Amino acid sequence: MPDLLIELFSEEIPARMQGKAAADLKKLVTDGLVEAGLTYASAGAFSTPRRLALSVEGLLAASPAVKEERKGPKVGAPEQALAGFLRGVGLTQDQLEARDDKKGQVWFAVIDKPGRPASEIVAEVLEQTVRNFPWPKSMRWGDGTLRWVRPLHSILCILSDEAGAEVVDLDIDGIRSGDTTHGHRFMAPDAFSVTSFDDYAAKLRRAKVVLDASERADHIWAEATNQAFAQGMEVVEDRGLLTEVAGLVEWPVVLLGKIEEQFLDLPPEVLKTSMKEHQKFFSVKNPKTGRIEQYVTVANIETADQGATILAGNGRVLSARLADGKFFWENDLRVAKAGMQPWIDALENVTFHNKLGSQKERIERIAALAREIAPAVGADPELAEQAARVAKADLSSEMVYEFPELQGLMGRYYSEAAGLPAEVAAACEEHYSPLGPSDDVPTAPVSVAVALADKIDLLTGFWAIDEKPTGSKDPFALRRAALGVIRLVLENKVSLKLTRFIDEQLLRIEMGLVEGDASDQDMQSLRDILNEIAEHGVFGAALHAVVERGEDSPGEAVEKITAGMQDNGDDLLSFFHDRLKVFLKDKGIRHDIIDACIAMEGSEDLTLLVKRAEALSKTLKTDDGENLIQGFKRANNILSAEEEKDGVSYELDPDPKFAESDEEKALFAALDQAEATIKPAMAQEDFTTAMAAMAKLRGPIDAFFEATQVNSDNQIVRRNRLCLLHRIRTICGGVADLTKIEG
Amino acid sequence: MAEKLQKPRSFQEIIMRLQSYWAAQGCAVLQPYDMEVGAGTFHPATTLRALGSMPWSAAYVQPSRRPTDGRYGDSPNRWQHYYQYQVIIKPSPPDLQALYLGSLEAIGIDMKMHDIRFVEDDWESPTLGAWGLGWEVWCDGMEVSQFTYFQQVGGHDCKPVSGELTYGLERLAMYVLGFDDGNEMPFNDPDAPIPLTYGDVFREAEAQYARWNFDVADTDTLLQHFKDAEAECARILAQPADDPKTGRRIVMAQPAYDQAIKASHVFNLLDARGVISVTERQAYIGRVRTLAVACADAFVQTKAGGYTPENAA
Repeated sequence: MPDLLIELFSEEIPARMQGKAAADLKKLVTDGLVEAGLTYASAGAFSTPRRLALSVEGLLAASPAVKEERKGPKVGAPEQALAGFLRGVGLTQDQLEARDDKKGQVWFAVIDKPGRPASEIVAEVLEQTVRNFPWPKSMRWGDGTLRWVRPLHSILCILSDEAGAEVVDLDIDGIRSGDTTHGHRFMAPDAFSVTSFDDYAAKLRRAKVVLDASERADHIWAEATNQAFAQGMEVVEDRGLLTEVAGLVEWPVVLLGKIEEQFLDLPPEVLKTSMKEHQKFFSVKNPKTGRIEQYVTVANIETADQGATILAGNGRVLSARLADGKFFWENDLRVAKAGMQPWIDALENVTFHNKLGSQKERIERIAALAREIAPAVGADPELAEQAARVAKADLSSEMVYEFPELQGLMGRYYSEAAGLPAEVAAACEEHYSPLGPSDDVPTAPVSVAVALADKIDLLTGFWAIDEKPTGSKDPFALRRAALGVIRLVLENKVSLKLTRFIDEQLLRIEMGLVEGDASDQDMQSLRDILNEIAEHGVFGAALHAVVERGEDSPGEAVEKITAGMQDNGDDLLSFFHDRLKVFLKDKGIRHDIIDACIAMEGSEDLTLLVKRAEALSKTLKTDDGENLIQGFKRANNILSAEEEKDGVSYELDPDPKFAESDEEKALFAALDQAEATIKPAMAQEDFTTAMAAMAKLRGPIDAFFEATQVNSDNQIVRRNRLCLLHRIRTICGGVADLTKIEG
Repeated sequence: MAEKLQKPRSFQEIIMRLQSYWAAQGCAVLQPYDMEVGAGTFHPATTLRALGSMPWSAAYVQPSRRPTDGRYGDSPNRWQHYYQYQVIIKPSPPDLQALYLGSLEAIGIDMKMHDIRFVEDDWESPTLGAWGLGWEVWCDGMEVSQFTYFQQVGGHDCKPVSGELTYGLERLAMYVLGFDDGNEMPFNDPDAPIPLTYGDVFREAEAQYARWNFDVADTDTLLQHFKDAEAECARILAQPADDPKTGRRIVMAQPAYDQAIKASHVFNLLDARGVISVTERQAYIGRVRTLAVACADAFVQTKAGGYTPENAA
């Protein structure tokens, strides 16, 4: 059982690509080997900045011989058909076997495929792998046509067993395989040959290369925390940075340095971001002061002066960078303390989207909406509007220009410096949240109002210009925005009529789109409608109210907007509902249960909707609840069938005096009782009580159907019974649309 | 070699050592292009010569201008006029990294004492319609060069691929000479009878240009210059390849490219004057790219660009 060792040695591979490249190498090579019949015991892949390596242990020395059978033409088939088949399989007629088949005798060819030596298969598979490697970005070099992430210099490929090692011979665009590699670029650059994976790993280590990226990462982390600990400091953990740095060095040498005193008062996030983004430094915190005071840099070389020159050089670069940071910070603070107005004005020249106008226009819309939303989330409307107006001002600051990832956070610092209320400053930082499914949701009312307005404006904007997400395409992260709204609403238990705010914002956006083209009168009508939406809840009703008052007669622009508004609003609401289904599915609530609740009135209030869905889900998990559905469906199906047949609906109140059996009388009583509980409970949105009362109907309904034939010959009795079934439908239907429940 | 490991003493000595090092490697040592450019890549010796199949090898200093970087001579590390050292070799030799490291040794950087790293940095020039893959080279955490394998220039695939090295000379010199303020580093030998610092040479001019770039340059004139350059570039390229006077085939790729360079610099000046909005910016960059691409199309129709009557389309 030989072992296989492959190393692809190149110029520096980007750190972010190394991990996946090693995994891809392993998958492509081992899949190729297995497909060719070479099974193996185990495989491991490794990466450093200059090499990808793969070790496959316990490989078959050759692929097993196989017999392949192929079915040919019928015995007695035309000569031409047989000749063609013989050509295809490369046999003569006397080598064929005639076998019985369903339709008579058929010629079969049995082809012996001899096994092939591992070296032959490895050479083919490796060449295929190198030529088709899935680098995220690849390049050509020199005058060749081969593509690799950076120029590929050598290929080491050997099969080894007890008898020794053998080079697997291959040549890819002039790169000939061999058994040699190189050590560290500066500390051990000479070539050396290897005979096995163990030999390779050991010789690399002697040549100042640690092959395993996780070993390099572990070493860096252990060494960094030790050195920091010795000085009473703590390294700020950063997994992503650790992985990246481990991909930048073959021989990690950890150095601890001090940040110049004059920069220690910069916001810690600025220090951290500047050091990480520009220089790949870890931040080191002094637990006594809580400040970031030192840094860890990782060099790729051991020097005679123990890294003193390297550390001094890095320190100088850092000071120059932080001097820039300090310059930005101080300039920004001057603008901030003067009220940030120049920043807000500058956003007029920043295009948000070429159809949706500038950032400034977007901020105006968000501010108007945040003010409207505020009362619903318990925020002061004045503060919410003020927060929305400054929340994106920091986009114009020098610091955010330099470090876009500090947006929001700098807004908070600058709003504090401007002396704005604490709620406003907090909203600057928090209004972007939640960014992902695991990101924290803001809870401060002003932040919630601005966060909701920001996201609803984003969604309505792209709905208005018909740039909705399709399939896997969601370039403006609209699904994430919708999920953000859902989480903001649910986790803060906010009762919010989403339709109203969707319609308001859609209208604001439509008004922006027609502004300049529409007549003054039209714009006035639209403003009037906008003002009415709050009162009427939806656009349609507001439009009616304005038209009915007869003050404005709708002009061309109004009609055009009106035509699309309703559909757009409904479509966006159902987008929210779809996202909600995905969100609740993860929480164990079935999609049909949500559908049953969406069909009910008030589904634009997501908190209410979820409360109803949770109660229904719980009820359906009980024995009574599950069986009630069957009873309800039976009642509903019979009723629907009869209604269709008779062409009438049995909406009249049934009269208990026509009840014949005890079971029928009992059902009357049970429905009265249920109704008496359900109605007030529903009025108070106490779904649990209402549904418990509904579930109790299961027994009486089942008993009724057991004992009673609905279609009595007595027409009066029959009509009365159908009206009774109608009561079941009405009472249950007031709780949820049970017809939507599957099963 | 021992003598080379001695630290250089001045800005100009670093330049001279790079010149003699790359001359020794066989590069044609060219002089700067005689037009205002934003970076060494704009020199036709790089942009145009990277195109087509003819081998090429050149090194040169290129004075470069970035009007928005002006700081009135007050910044320790930013100037609107600065120097780049540029090396371009086509096809890129297999030992280009080693050659490059040799150049660092030639200017006194001891590989045993410093931490040299090749950190991913893909290069793209939207104005030239060009991109490549490579690294920024770090010395002790400081970016000292840009190292790029050109993949496309002016919209054309580079075949063969050129290797391009760009050294930011001021930053590199500050590091090698040990100065935090670039204005204080010696330009000539510090023991010369008249020793001059970088600041002695450039500081005053930096202030003058900063004032002109930011506040005084006449924007109407500049806008007109941009349009004129654009029009002239198109007019040049619209001429038939065969010259009626000499009867020879003369495709005027380089005169047209001069106009593209001019438009690019005028755009940079307009940008510094703050008269170009964010949306317009993209449009201007697109207009310059259109010129650069047209010039690249023309260059591959010249002999230097690999044109022969046989392979004519």
